[in-house]
Amino acid sequence: MTADILIQVLVSGLLIGLIYALVAVGLTLIFGVMDIVNFAHGEFLMLGMYASFWAFALFAIDPIVALPLTALLLFAVGVIVYQTVIRRILKAPMLSQIFATFGLMILLRGLAQFFWKPDHRLIPHSLVSGNIALGPVQFGLPQFVAALGAVGVTGALWIFLHRTRLGTALEATAIDREAATLMGIDGQKMFALAWGIGAACAGLAGGLIATFFPIFPEVGSNFILIAFVVVVLGGFGSVTGAFLAGIIVGLIEVLGGFLIGPEYKTAIVLSLLLVVLLVRPRGLLGKA
Amino acid sequence: MTTGTNSSRKAMGTAALLALAAVLPLAITEPSQQNFLILILMGAQMGVAWNIVGGYAGQVSLGHAVFYGIGAYSSTMLLTVLGLTPWIGALAGGLLAAVFALAMGWPCFRLKGHYFAMATIAVAEIMQILVTNSDFLEGAVGLYLPMDRSGWGWLIFLSKLPYYYVILGLLVLTVLVSWAIERSHIGYYFRAIKDEPEAARALGVSLTRYKLIALSVSAFLTAMGGSFYAQKEMFIDPGSVFAGTISIKIALIAILGGVGRLTGPVLGAVILITIEEYSRTLFGSTGSGTDMIIYAAMIILVAVFSPSGVLGLLGDLRRHLPGAKPAGGKTSAKEIRP
Repeated sequence: MTADILIQVLVSGLLIGLIYALVAVGLTLIFGVMDIVNFAHGEFLMLGMYASFWAFALFAIDPIVALPLTALLLFAVGVIVYQTVIRRILKAPMLSQIFATFGLMILLRGLAQFFWKPDHRLIPHSLVSGNIALGPVQFGLPQFVAALGAVGVTGALWIFLHRTRLGTALEATAIDREAATLMGIDGQKMFALAWGIGAACAGLAGGLIATFFPIFPEVGSNFILIAFVVVVLGGFGSVTGAFLAGIIVGLIEVLGGFLIGPEYKTAIVLSLLLVVLLVRPRGLLGKA
Repeated sequence: MTTGTNSSRKAMGTAALLALAAVLPLAITEPSQQNFLILILMGAQMGVAWNIVGGYAGQVSLGHAVFYGIGAYSSTMLLTVLGLTPWIGALAGGLLAAVFALAMGWPCFRLKGHYFAMATIAVAEIMQILVTNSDFLEGAVGLYLPMDRSGWGWLIFLSKLPYYYVILGLLVLTVLVSWAIERSHIGYYFRAIKDEPEAARALGVSLTRYKLIALSVSAFLTAMGGSFYAQKEMFIDPGSVFAGTISIKIALIAILGGVGRLTGPVLGAVILITIEEYSRTLFGSTGSGTDMIIYAAMIILVAVFSPSGVLGLLGDLRRHLPGAKPAGGKTSAKEIRP
């Protein structure tokens, strides 16, 4: 009996952890390429959720079907944010960089609240709904599909970064901007690409969880905190690290909530952030 | 740096401003308008306090609600449980917040820049969760101040006017502390830590020690602001004093006005609170988010175009006006970009 509960807990931890990983890979990619922490990353996820919601409410397109659109839209948002704001603060003091993305976070939240009201919205009947029972273990089909999608996207990103010319150019920029420029890689283009891909990943995560998670303007705030933990644990800039750390954080959150009490699960995860920052600031797979 | 005549002009300006602030509520007698003035002073006090660590020392805290909350809860608990006057309660809260700041800063100051900012968010969030789930502190239900006492001894008043003078006094105290720091050698060390940490370290400045001083002084003053909030509202809960939005507001006020300068946060508070209140009357309730949109847009503009805040923008404008004298060399070379 206890073993069953434990397996159940671990499975739900794994499923949510994969989503955390997807949110975090975009954040870590942006950081890795240009040393800027995007405090507005949770808002990209929020926009992804709203994109799904409106696709469903206005055109009756299922969130899962709308995913490519969501990704494209958020890619555009990321590039626009880069071109209008980030490009101008690349050489600014770190204080200005923090303020800029922090301001962006508040701006996007405010805009969402203004246009779409602070209400919690739900997508009532998506293609994916209901439960799957595997022996004694039960989990929701939406959660399962979301986790599967997260693995797919993260995997595709990994292949892109390591197996394509463009991806390798992006990686090269992350490792050494100067050297990459000397090799004829256009740094500005790579930065814009990183923001596009980063925002698209967050948007996809939003689209994937929109089938089972309430949608509201401040939904990003919870995810950004967890994404910080994942990025720090995985090591700033490491996509593989973020993937592993996402799973670990998901497991710790659910397990901690189960053992200590669900009201403390966020506190437990955030304590992990502090512990990692203090004990091993470069995380599991980060550059020294 | 500032010349003699410049500083005496500044002193006169400050005195005039203070005199104006002292008589202002005699002209503005409508309670809701007096409340508006109180909110501005509260915001200014928070911002000036934040500025000590976030501005002068350049250590961006996005978790200052933790100190605000400690102040509010300390004075309220001491009042409701022990019957202690908030005059002492606020001091106790300030000291507790300062000690908390030392305990939190000791490890966290090993982190730089955005790592530190993240750690402060995490600490504040953890604290909010702990308080929300604490039976001793009445958890999510919150605490009411006793209704049966009033007067200066208990710092509970039936009208707005006394609250106005209390928060004005607290703001003056906060500005004085901030000013004293700015003028002393500590202020120079703070700026050195912010602009040239490696050079400061090479010259034998203990970075951690001075960062800890900045954070604990800032925490002390922020907590006093929290105690004042409790006295004014007569009710506190984790959502109203420990919330992430409080941390954001505290930082925004200082950033918007101009970090690292005495008058920056005061200006920031005037702008921010005015926008907040006007958008509330224009669009109703807090739900619309227009205030957020406006000041977020301002923050981004400030970050992109003038890292020294609205104050810096005004300075730039003044320099470009015909016949204007160049502004005093307060803006460091780093902040002026072509």
